[in-house]
Amino acid sequence: MRFMLLTIPHGYESAAPGTIPDDVDAVAAMMAYNESMQKAGVLISCDGLHPPSMGARVSFPGRKPKVVDGPFAEAKEVLGGYWIIDVPSRADAIEWAKRCPGSENEVIEIRQIQEIADFPPDVQALTSEFASMQAVKKT
Amino acid sequence: MGASEGRGGGGGEAAVHRSIEAVWRIESAKIIATVARMVRDVGLAEELAQDALVSALEQWPEKGAPDNPAAWLTVVAKRRALDRLRHRQLAEHKAPEIGRELDAQHEMAQADFAEAVDAAIDDDIGDDLLRLVFTACHPVLSTEARVALTLRLMGGLGTDEIARAFLVPEATVAQRIVRAKRTLLEARVPFEVPRRHELQARLASVLEVLYLIFNEGYSATAGDDWMRPALCEEAMRLGRIVAELMPDASEVHGLVALMEIQASRTAARVGASGEPVLLLEQNRARWDHMLIRRGLAALARAEALGGAFGPYALQAAIAACHGRARTADETDWPRIAALYDALAELSPSPIVELNRAVALSMAFGPAAGLEVVDRLVGEPALQAYHLLPAVRGDLLLKLGRRAEAQKEFDRAASLTRNTRERTLLLARARACAAVQG
Repeated sequence: MRFMLLTIPHGYESAAPGTIPDDVDAVAAMMAYNESMQKAGVLISCDGLHPPSMGARVSFPGRKPKVVDGPFAEAKEVLGGYWIIDVPSRADAIEWAKRCPGSENEVIEIRQIQEIADFPPDVQALTSEFASMQAVKKT
Repeated sequence: MGASEGRGGGGGEAAVHRSIEAVWRIESAKIIATVARMVRDVGLAEELAQDALVSALEQWPEKGAPDNPAAWLTVVAKRRALDRLRHRQLAEHKAPEIGRELDAQHEMAQADFAEAVDAAIDDDIGDDLLRLVFTACHPVLSTEARVALTLRLMGGLGTDEIARAFLVPEATVAQRIVRAKRTLLEARVPFEVPRRHELQARLASVLEVLYLIFNEGYSATAGDDWMRPALCEEAMRLGRIVAELMPDASEVHGLVALMEIQASRTAARVGASGEPVLLLEQNRARWDHMLIRRGLAALARAEALGGAFGPYALQAAIAACHGRARTADETDWPRIAALYDALAELSPSPIVELNRAVALSMAFGPAAGLEVVDRLVGEPALQAYHLLPAVRGDLLLKLGRRAEAQKEFDRAASLTRNTRERTLLLARARACAAVQG
């Protein structure tokens, strides 16, 4: 089973553009954590995200796209990064999340990644091209 | 856990147990390896680690889980190991200097539990894990014993889980493991990574065991039991762990690549009503492209280390040719044929030869393949192998030799034990006859 561990750092919603982790000890601890998952054969990928102030949101009022540049005044929780891991159960994913050297203001949300087999057959037929789309995005 | 873990994650004893099981799956191999270094007996080490697990199951639901469950388990298991060593020493009146060393160790172990836990967190046990893998896959053991012991010691699987995966009674697996542990002890197999001159052969044994575990899961196309696909995942996880432990060993990366690329086809190998779907007829959109990417990366690593011509790397390279082709028509058959040439030279076998023939026919036409297949017709090892006449029939048909093709399809149908396959082969035989008729 694949899970995404999403980090939600409080305060990141209002972080200035270009804010980047600069606490050397914290970064080293995080790298050690990543490495422990890699050595255990469970880590698939991980990335950190620039703050929302550098991003944008597209919404669809009246089904028409509307673009708003970040930061987003209404956002209380924003993503700071993610890990994708492959583990035998949800309990394993939780166990890995518990080991993260997270700081006081951080929350990790654990979400299982949908796989084609999770869908009913008629929906599976519609999503049959989905896996190959995933192939295009990264090599 | 307990109070600190909210609804869903905590919430009752069952959740605590699930959490302990997860910790066990992640940590058991490391704990066993650490203890085995102390007691020099993997069988005993596993029992002591199990004791620590039992303590956790008794204490954590009531007192709550410790902050660092992994280190807690390790320290408890190590203390039990020290107790055991002291007993053994007293019983055997070992040399006084060993006694002194043990006293010192014991003193350390009696120090503050919290300190011991802190120390355990920073332990680098990579070498111990490697020793554990090599011991579990030691050639003094039968193949079956190596497989069972590896899943038990490295994978943290229970005997019940191993038994379900291999479709044998639990008692059989339990016996196999007990005997394997005894064999290791009686043969005085040292707890170490093999020396340079035997490393190659010993590593081959480790890789063979991992690939056997993988294939046991992969060849079960029925797949009605979740343990079968779980075996594939377990083999891949163990492969990735060994790859991290031995980053310079090209064949490990070759095997990881092979397993990842083969596993990428899992969802496409079985049709809607459970029938097997052949590689070239699979819906490639259902392949797991993330696994293909990982496999290709592992293969590139093997090749960069100069291991392009290892047996697993070659098979992975063949699988990669299929993995890279967006449609069956885009398959690079000349390259596959060349890779089979290399594989046939490295580890010749009639099965490899048959596959080579298919690749040749796809690359250079049916006559090129038939030439190789015809040489295999008298091969004793393939007398009951239905794919030989099935392939030969296919090539003959492509060459317009319908009467001969029909005979081969009929013969293939009589040899296969798979009903669906038989139906298909008989239909092909009938089609040959119809056109002639």
